[in-house]
Amino acid sequence: MSHYELDARRMLCPMPVIKTQNFVATLKPGDTVEVFCTDHGALNDIPAWSRINGHEVLATRELDGGEVSITVRVGDSDD
Amino acid sequence: MAGPQSFSDQHPMSRQRKALSLISGGLDSMLATRVIMDQGIHVEGVNFFTGFCVEGHTHAIRKKDRDKPKRNNALWVAETLGIKLHIVDVIDEYKDVVINPKHGYGANMNPCLDCKCFMVRKAHEWIREHDFDFIITGEVVGQRPMSQRRDTMPVVARESGANDLLLRPLCARNLPETLPEREGWVDREKLFDFSGRGRKPQIALARRFGIEDFAQPSGGCCFLTDEAYSHKLADLWTARGERRYELDDIMLLKVGRHLRPRPNFKLIIGREEGENNFLEGYRKQFTHIRTLSHPGPLVLIDGEPGADDITLAARIAARFSKGRDAEQVEVEITPKAGEARRENVPPLPSGEMPAAWYL
Repeated sequence: MSHYELDARRMLCPMPVIKTQNFVATLKPGDTVEVFCTDHGALNDIPAWSRINGHEVLATRELDGGEVSITVRVGDSDD
Repeated sequence: MAGPQSFSDQHPMSRQRKALSLISGGLDSMLATRVIMDQGIHVEGVNFFTGFCVEGHTHAIRKKDRDKPKRNNALWVAETLGIKLHIVDVIDEYKDVVINPKHGYGANMNPCLDCKCFMVRKAHEWIREHDFDFIITGEVVGQRPMSQRRDTMPVVARESGANDLLLRPLCARNLPETLPEREGWVDREKLFDFSGRGRKPQIALARRFGIEDFAQPSGGCCFLTDEAYSHKLADLWTARGERRYELDDIMLLKVGRHLRPRPNFKLIIGREEGENNFLEGYRKQFTHIRTLSHPGPLVLIDGEPGADDITLAARIAARFSKGRDAEQVEVEITPKAGEARRENVPPLPSGEMPAAWYL
């Protein structure tokens, strides 16, 4: 199990979702990734994307400077 | 939403058929998807991000809108239906659709027919790569003046290369049979014959499915259908002397006031704190001006301004600050590659700002 950080700052949705989606596609089940965003819409969109695709949101955080982060644990692939 | 028994349950020797649905986030594609799911087809969604999708960008930027709940409608539709959604970045490939639309533009810079052909072609590529059987869309004959007409719907099927793998469940009975219907993967009798711009059949079908909450009908989902946005894009191309754009260009067209006082430069002026914060992220790429003696917006200068132009820009920046009625406003001017300097300038009187400057 590995942990990663992903920079999606200054991107507007759905780009943070697309970046997360494409990065998660390279990870293994159980890996975790914390995605950093400045578009607060990501607080809704990345969890929604995670639920749809069988991943788990472990935490969402509001950080200094208006940033937010969403930590996702990669689910089992069913493809 | 639990669907009925699947096709493979009913026909144990048959392969589970799979469809890819173009999900816009609006009601029609949601209903089309649900209709096909109810026939036991495994459906996944795809949403193509062109850079022009409205999808809450203004909302995300403007501070006053921040506290209102916001959702990505395509994700919401997928979650409501219980299907996977693949969001695909087509920003670069889409440029050719916007710049060179074979079938031309609609009322504004909207290349709707080329756009639909492009998206169905991308969907066709996707189903071949992922071993899916056919494509569905929420299109309705006669609903849109350009891309959803009786004579243009076959164009989409043909030019996308999808041909009879493209099924439009909401109006299929008005159209020739497609492969999924001929093969009996779906029952044509359970598809629909909607036509025209009316929304009543869709609303009724939504009610039948228990869908009460849905986004407003699409069409307003693309900035290219917006007159003001299209005007700004046309101005960008005229000023540059060529028809091209980068993602940053088209994002910036969504933000702030755009004024072009001279052919060789324009100003992008933040209208409120959220927009100023967004523009801050671009200041290293542009000569920019902020007011020091009075609160005011961040102003980016796009183009190749001369010294006189920068003075004019500074006076306009002062005009949009709280010091608009002061004799002098102190401004800080930071060239794209250079040191910031301070100047005192008189705000430009409103009578010297012709309406034609506003894009």
